[in-house]
Amino acid sequence: MLSRTASNLYWMSRYVERAENSARILDVAYRMSLLTKDPSLQDQEWFAPLNITGTLFPFSGRHDVVNARQVLHFMALDPDNPASIYNCALQARENARAVRGSITSEMWEVINATWLEMKNMDEDRLHARGISNFFDWVKERSHLFRGVTFGTIRRDEAFHFHRLGTYVERADNTARILDVKYHVLLPSVADVGGAVDYYQWSAVLRSVSAFEAYRKVYRDVITPLRIAELLILREDLPRSLHFCLRDVYQILNLVRNSQSGEATRQAGEIYSQLQFGRISDIFAQGLHEYLTNFLHATGRLGEEINKSFFAPTLR
Amino acid sequence: MASATQPSAFYNEMYAADGSVRPHYAAFANWLANTPPEKIAQNREAADLLFHRVGITFAVYGESSGTERLIPFDIVPHVIPASSWDRLSAGLKQRVTALNRFLHDVYHGQEIIKAGKLSKALIEGNSQFRPEMVGVDVPGGIYAHIAGIDIVRDADGEYYVLEDNLRTPSGVSYMLENRKMMMRLFPELFAEQSIRPVDHYPDLLLETLRQAAPRDVDDPTIVLLTPGHYNSAYFEHAFLAQQMGIELVEGADLFVQDNTLFMRTTQGPQRVDVVYRRIDDDFLDPRAFRPDSMLGVPGLMSAYRAGRVTLANAVGTGVADDKSMYPYVPDMIRFYLGEEPIIHNVKTYLLGNPDDLAYTLAHLEELVVKEAQGSGGYGMLVGPHSTKDERERYKQRVLDAPERFIAQPTLALSTCPTFVGKKGANTLGARHIDLRPYVLSSPTGVQFAPGGLTRVAMREGSLVVNSSQGGGVKDTWIVD
Repeated sequence: MLSRTASNLYWMSRYVERAENSARILDVAYRMSLLTKDPSLQDQEWFAPLNITGTLFPFSGRHDVVNARQVLHFMALDPDNPASIYNCALQARENARAVRGSITSEMWEVINATWLEMKNMDEDRLHARGISNFFDWVKERSHLFRGVTFGTIRRDEAFHFHRLGTYVERADNTARILDVKYHVLLPSVADVGGAVDYYQWSAVLRSVSAFEAYRKVYRDVITPLRIAELLILREDLPRSLHFCLRDVYQILNLVRNSQSGEATRQAGEIYSQLQFGRISDIFAQGLHEYLTNFLHATGRLGEEINKSFFAPTLR
Repeated sequence: MASATQPSAFYNEMYAADGSVRPHYAAFANWLANTPPEKIAQNREAADLLFHRVGITFAVYGESSGTERLIPFDIVPHVIPASSWDRLSAGLKQRVTALNRFLHDVYHGQEIIKAGKLSKALIEGNSQFRPEMVGVDVPGGIYAHIAGIDIVRDADGEYYVLEDNLRTPSGVSYMLENRKMMMRLFPELFAEQSIRPVDHYPDLLLETLRQAAPRDVDDPTIVLLTPGHYNSAYFEHAFLAQQMGIELVEGADLFVQDNTLFMRTTQGPQRVDVVYRRIDDDFLDPRAFRPDSMLGVPGLMSAYRAGRVTLANAVGTGVADDKSMYPYVPDMIRFYLGEEPIIHNVKTYLLGNPDDLAYTLAHLEELVVKEAQGSGGYGMLVGPHSTKDERERYKQRVLDAPERFIAQPTLALSTCPTFVGKKGANTLGARHIDLRPYVLSSPTGVQFAPGGLTRVAMREGSLVVNSSQGGGVKDTWIVD
């Protein structure tokens, strides 16, 4: 397969996944802000989406205040924000368009229809639809895309690179969500307890669709340690770091070439730490430090994937 | 409105001058006569619908902006009896063979200049002449692997070559799609007569490209190089690549190292031996030609000149299909093959020649006069549509430098019955057509898909068949 084709497939899926995760992050911020009665504290909640996506700086460049309306517009609709859901839908579609011959027409239709609807979205339409409904719609389009892909595409290299993009992006997003909320997960805070903490923690769980999973797995009260354990180390939760990196590692074995040894090794190294790691050690090291290291490691892995598959050279 | 059967000054492909149906159109005429109008309308509707579906991929610009540009398709075929085609194809083979010999000669010994048939200035002063190609040996001496030769039929019923296209001729995907459509709509007509198939064209093309590989390569890797999905012919590029099972690549997918061309794949760099390129010479290699080209591959020209990769068509073929060279093609046939041309050129007056100049100036109101090196109809005098004043002014321009001009009679392109006007009415009108056969050349010989692409001017009286100007297409049947 042409490197460019593989790259388009990989990025198509990363952008679909990124749009979904942005919707999740914004949805949580929105729900949290509703729980807070003090208006000044409400606005505090809207820092999180900007911190998670690393867009606080470009945002502040154009907006004086951080509030619901501004952040929602910036993160969902702003064509000038490369990380907005609007741009994710556009980029997913542009990448899909370039490889229409390698994806099924059903996959193309989902991506194209999503973009066509997104293109016509503005603030009025978004509020008329309802903010949460809009986020649900984004998530549903992403679910639909994955489902259609799973149900229609041959299990060839195209499928592998689609999944590789999905899991690399998802691991990155889950780690970022955890990292931004790490302060509410610190043990010292956990000792305090209280209703606000409970909502903060459950919001983190809900943002990655893991609230029910937590209840099933632990059958106990929500504690920060267990939340981190679930989202980092749990092997059967589809948005955990462990789950994502296992798939990344396995896919890299399926598509390996003479230059991809280092990418596979790096993925294997991260994966084995997740496979054999203990949450107490992670907390002893410091959750923030751990997640920072993880994000660096997966960033390096992404570069290595790029080098070995998308921009190969003669060695 | 000129009806389809009415005798006129033009050669009608379907009806003879006495209004009777020509024998090779008998089966289709029979279908027309015996099919209820609703069924005919239904077939036309079905063609539109099916093409629209396929057409979504035809119209590249359409996908993003919603402005789909479909080429109108007419269900009345352009039928040619096998005997006419056999003569026509012998003429095409002869012409393309001579053109390839000419190209080799131009970039090597220039025997044709030494023999006094052509001036050195005419060739080396041509903007399409590529000095980079002088002395370069291409495999089998083939330069124009794929040629599109535009053929018209004049009022006398004779075929003439209107133009040679030796650079990156397009349109062959329409030929294939038109046939697919007609076989769906008229299975019975294909069953009851022998219509020569065209759908093996991608196989012939693949074979031609394989044979073009550098000599030391057994199982060549072939790619199709496209400018990308913003190009209007992108559908055709994707279609042909898919039909041949080769990779459709863009410049950025390729790189040159050690004078060898590679494509970037997920399994690492893979050597490429033959490039079926659908981008112009100027954009092929920013190091050799236009430095601002983002479409090409730096170093490609060097690898090509070293014989490490074959480009199809070769670089520098434009020198042979230029308007200024066209009048000399019959001489090339005589010079290289020692034969008389089987298909003639349209009579062309070279105004550097005093007799031709005198004749032209005396008949300006009947002739088309144009600059030999001009293009796109710019600076052209169409005699029958000109005013006395315009002719007078043009005459002065010609007299200033007569050798820069050529003149041709205004052509009376043949017509073919074509459905026009409202859907339900099924009105047939006579519309002008031309034919572009695709001629494939390799060291082992010349091959075709029988027929080619028939283009039709949908506007009454119009002689412009280009799709950009509202031209349509028809299926072309070679009937035994």
